Amino acid sequence: MDPVDDITPLLQASALTYTRNAEAIFGPLDFSLHVGEVVLIEGDNGSGKTTLLKVLCGLLDLSSGQVLLHGEPLTLARLSHQVALLGHLLGLKMELSTLQNLHFAVGMGGVRSGITPRLALASVGLEGYEDQPLCTLSAGQKKRVALARLLLVPAALWLLDEPYANLDRGGIELVNRLLDNHARRGGAALITSHGAYAYTSGTPRRIALRASA
Amino acid sequence: MKPGTTGAACLALLRRDLTLTWRRRGDALNPLLFAIIVVALFPFALGPEQATLAHIAAGTIFVALLLASLLSLDMLFRSDLEDGSLEQLVLSPHPLSLLLACKIAIHWLTTTLPLIVIAPLLAQLLYLPNTVLPVLLIALALATPLLSLIGAVCVALTVGMRRSGMLLTLLVLPLIVPALIFGAGACNAAQAGLPFTAPLLWLGAWLVLALVMAPLAAAAALKISLT
Repeated sequence: MDPVDDITPLLQASALTYTRNAEAIFGPLDFSLHVGEVVLIEGDNGSGKTTLLKVLCGLLDLSSGQVLLHGEPLTLARLSHQVALLGHLLGLKMELSTLQNLHFAVGMGGVRSGITPRLALASVGLEGYEDQPLCTLSAGQKKRVALARLLLVPAALWLLDEPYANLDRGGIELVNRLLDNHARRGGAALITSHGAYAYTSGTPRRIALRASA
Repeated sequence: MKPGTTGAACLALLRRDLTLTWRRRGDALNPLLFAIIVVALFPFALGPEQATLAHIAAGTIFVALLLASLLSLDMLFRSDLEDGSLEQLVLSPHPLSLLLACKIAIHWLTTTLPLIVIAPLLAQLLYLPNTVLPVLLIALALATPLLSLIGAVCVALTVGMRRSGMLLTLLVLPLIVPALIFGAGACNAAQAGLPFTAPLLWLGAWLVLALVMAPLAAAAALKISLT
């Protein structure tokens, strides 16, 4: 599983820290993420997992250190073409149907070749729910719609914040299967987990975060 | 792989927000009812004399419509913030200012344009002279988008805070007072038989300036409030 050294990593962080109100949230942190890798970020509640993902996708500015994307410094403009974030808030509209939500995501972010919103819904196990308004779905089903969005948009780097929350056993296997496929197609993913459920295929690399006291 | 164009993104955003407004059309009617009620209450308070009402008509309608559109301003980014759509909007590969300009345009079309459409009815309620009505409509058509644009910057600044309604009103009110003075001033001048083009041209100039600057400022403000 060791990444090849001579290729530039998709994402490389060195001495990365983030401070809020003069209080260190995490870091300093060094890691790299290569194409085809799924890396787990582990830590207790409040250890800065969500903050780390927000820094990496550009929503928060890093306090010190450096993040390189394909070997070049990270800017929000360059980043957004390549990164898809799945946060605690799913970014879906409750009044719209599953299909309408996915069509909107495609309009905003573009679409991978060989997949349509209907196919994406089918591959997360929501066939037959195309015209259901989101507000009539369960929390786990909403999560599956958000996963379908990841399948559609052409982003190489997935940043998933607690992707296993709210999902049943089938859903957890689904996330693992999607991650495997994504890694095999030349993508990479960073996932946070507080440890209850985890990515199980192979032995993924882990980054441990500790709450800095 | 298709990366998606900015035009397609704006269209998708327009279509989504219009659908959402239609689904929540009860909320969209709220400012309309508010404006009608405010204007309808004035004759009860001041008496039904035509001269009195005609004298205050333009100013009353202007104030009622500005307050009514202020009422819905807080909702501009609220639901997007609560369900995480705003984060996705900021992370999208397209210029945030352009996407926000689309959102502001939809907000104006769905909440303020209906107010301008019923303005002739309100003018009849208060005996506004028919010759002044076109001036009132032009002044409203220039002043209300100005309010939406300036308001959007203030909403973007305060959207991260809870219970920001009060702060928003305090921020927006001083900024829209000039629009009110020039808009209602043009109507009053027309009613008195004086030249009224200068205040309308001033409003137009501010609108053009705001059209260019406000989306950029709103995008910058939104990035600050999200961090």
